[in-house]
Amino acid sequence: MAIDMAEVQQLFYEESYEGLDNMESILLDLEVGAMDKEVTNSIFRVVHSIKGGAGIFKFDQVVTFAHVAETLLDEMRNGQHVVTQHLIDLLLNSVDVLRMMLGSLRGEKTFVPEEVAACQRQLEAVLKKNQETVAAATTPPEPPSVAPESPPPLPMATKPQKTWQIHFKPYPSLLKTGNDPLNLFRELSNLGELTVTADTHALPDFKELVAENCYLSWNLTLHGSVEHNEIQEIFEWVEGDCDLEITLTSEVAPISEHSTASELSESATESALLESDTHLTTATTVEIPTTLVATESPQIVAVTTVPQDSLKIENSPVVPVHEENASVLVTSLSKVQTKENSSEKNNSLNAGQQHNTETSSIRVGIDKIDALINMVGELVITQSMLDQVGQSFDAARIIQLRDGLAQLERNTRELQESVMRIRMLPIGFSFNRFPRLVHDLSSQLGKKVELKLSGEHTELDKTVLEKMSDPLVHLVRNALDHGIEMPAQRLAAGKPEVGVLKLHAFHQSGSIIIQISDDGAGIDTDKVLQKARKLGLIHSEENLIEEQLYELIFHPGLSTATQVSDLSGRGVGMDVVRRNIRSLGGSIDVKSKRGKGSTFNIRLPLTLAILDGQLVRIGHDIYILSLLSIIESLRVNPKYVNALAGRAEVYKLRDEYIPILRLYELFDIPATTTKLEEGLLVIVEGDGQKIGLFVDELLSQQQIVIKSLESNYKQIQGVSGATILGDGNVALILDVAGIIQLFHHRTNYLTRHYPAMPSSHAATMIM
Amino acid sequence: MAYILISDDSVSMRRMLSFTLAEANHEVMQAGDGEQALELAKQHQFDLVITDVNMPLLDGLSLVRELRALPNYRYKPILLLTTETDPEKKQQARSVGATGWILKPFNPDKLLAAVRKVLGY
Repeated sequence: MAIDMAEVQQLFYEESYEGLDNMESILLDLEVGAMDKEVTNSIFRVVHSIKGGAGIFKFDQVVTFAHVAETLLDEMRNGQHVVTQHLIDLLLNSVDVLRMMLGSLRGEKTFVPEEVAACQRQLEAVLKKNQETVAAATTPPEPPSVAPESPPPLPMATKPQKTWQIHFKPYPSLLKTGNDPLNLFRELSNLGELTVTADTHALPDFKELVAENCYLSWNLTLHGSVEHNEIQEIFEWVEGDCDLEITLTSEVAPISEHSTASELSESATESALLESDTHLTTATTVEIPTTLVATESPQIVAVTTVPQDSLKIENSPVVPVHEENASVLVTSLSKVQTKENSSEKNNSLNAGQQHNTETSSIRVGIDKIDALINMVGELVITQSMLDQVGQSFDAARIIQLRDGLAQLERNTRELQESVMRIRMLPIGFSFNRFPRLVHDLSSQLGKKVELKLSGEHTELDKTVLEKMSDPLVHLVRNALDHGIEMPAQRLAAGKPEVGVLKLHAFHQSGSIIIQISDDGAGIDTDKVLQKARKLGLIHSEENLIEEQLYELIFHPGLSTATQVSDLSGRGVGMDVVRRNIRSLGGSIDVKSKRGKGSTFNIRLPLTLAILDGQLVRIGHDIYILSLLSIIESLRVNPKYVNALAGRAEVYKLRDEYIPILRLYELFDIPATTTKLEEGLLVIVEGDGQKIGLFVDELLSQQQIVIKSLESNYKQIQGVSGATILGDGNVALILDVAGIIQLFHHRTNYLTRHYPAMPSSHAATMIM
Repeated sequence: MAYILISDDSVSMRRMLSFTLAEANHEVMQAGDGEQALELAKQHQFDLVITDVNMPLLDGLSLVRELRALPNYRYKPILLLTTETDPEKKQQARSVGATGWILKPFNPDKLLAAVRKVLGY
């Protein structure tokens, strides 16, 4: 079967993880006590789907575990359990175990069999069914639901030839379940040689006949190497809707491979005899013998004529038995082969699995896709409109052309927006893990915390979202660990016992703001100061304003918890958090009030693929600066320029000295002017440092679609990417942090080669 | 080949089903829940409906019951996908009018065998 199993498997993982996340959040919201049936049902479905999917891929351990959890959930939805905290915790634990199992299958996590076994034992312990079983101590546990593989067909020679007599009397309502006796007979005829005799006894008069009812019953004779259960299986779906008797009438000892034709024909005669018997005893029967050449699809001709007294229709000649036998042999051989093939396929599948774990996909709401299709539709209309204008163009049509182009512009912009929206995911994807985290952490720390989420629907770029995940976890942990106090402490401070942790996301002027705030103790500035002095970050006599103090917590090596816990680590966190956020083009700051709590503000760009750019001209070339990095632009007043040894220049801007970098020099390109007062100075900030970039002219501001330079050419320091401008030219996007680094290399070089410039002086100026 | 409606809330299961059935040259339409399946069944004339038991909005058993009430689906084969081996559940399936059931997990051959069994080809 040429199914792309790897793809389906990938889907299965995604779906399972999603389901587990969902299950987790439902469990966390669950109230101890009564239970909503719909809620239990949706949890049940998650586990149920995982079990089903895992079965397809033969993840037997997952199936077994999921089955136990599913059984418990089934009992819960049937109202056999009252929801207790223990039950919730147990199910949360099951979520973890399932995640771990799935993770290990993907090669992302290590499989810990003890965890699975422990959790499974706990689950089994609470099962009502098991309690009953233990009490009764009789029924064995339910067999694993993995459908047993049918054993490979035995070689023909070892199976005895049997003749079965089957009496099949459907209830009148049988047809209402969509079951067709004809199909059952066809299945039977695949097993062996079948003779069908219909009994029309029960047929009422035509006037009384209800067309929807089944009045016929059948006597069937099946001959071949058929076992009772095989027949039973075929009638499985109609059991309960019919009277069924299956009796063995003859059994011929296993025939050898070199079976003689006489033996075979003997049994054939036997069945023929039986057949004639039935024919003799029942006066009004319609007899329908069937052909049984297994290589073709067997045909059974149904007789629907209203029977007269007696009717006998010979449909086909008696089948040459040996031919049938031979074909069965062929089928069984080919079955064995298919089996081998499929196991081979399985092996290669497992090998291929490894490569596949890296592919990531995105789930897109159907409304977004629809919007996109709409947009494309409009684009096509615009195109055909412009096409028409172009075909017979004259001056009179210029207005039409302009309209068309305006429409094209609008279409393109809307299309771009819609496409960008595909990459956008609600931040809820990231927030959703926090209820669990807070639940676990607060009980671990002995604190009482209420988590409030808002703005979960705020969308941001998938990449940004993924990269924000760790920093957010860190901040939440910090807030729980350092921010919110122990209940007793809170009460003593006149605050409610339960602390509040808020996660809030919203849009603000083209950026996403994420706020993490708590009503805890706030940042202890004295401690921060003390520590910073100890580390030599600030001089002891230096007086810092509050904001500068808060900035200190983003410094590597600073953690204010007197006792370092295993939760928030050893102060390696905040600087990493800030670095991660900055690498996304965002920023983080903190506001805090002693005794009232702290608020962290994270500002992020909406997307990484588009930036708000400022176009600047240097000579004939156009470069782009991210608007976020620009602090201000100014015309240079020569009075404030200090040139040092004729090499390094600084500009005195209010109280600061800002180094000037002449970009035309750095890039070695001809400039329109080399006189500072004739150009502009753009003050930019990167990595916490400011620098003044000297450019000829500021051009427009526009949205810039970032094209990777790395994948199209190679990485260049000082350039973060490129874009294509309206006129088709390529413009480079400047990486401010990279340029500042380049600048340092250059000045260091200058300092080394022109020792006339005092190096200590240079260093203070650069900062 | 037949026109088959499959209904399951799990995407991977739907994918698996539609792949397998398409391989056997059947035309497949998919529904993600029972209500959607019912809606599709009303709009189209399917030869066979295969549905999961546990689905949001409208569960599989109710779907079968609703379908059997439609003139076009009174005698159409309807198969339930289930992990239940409980005979009581099977009786329940029969009583609402399901033709038969396919035990999950299934392998593609088993699925196709069951489809052949009810369609006759």
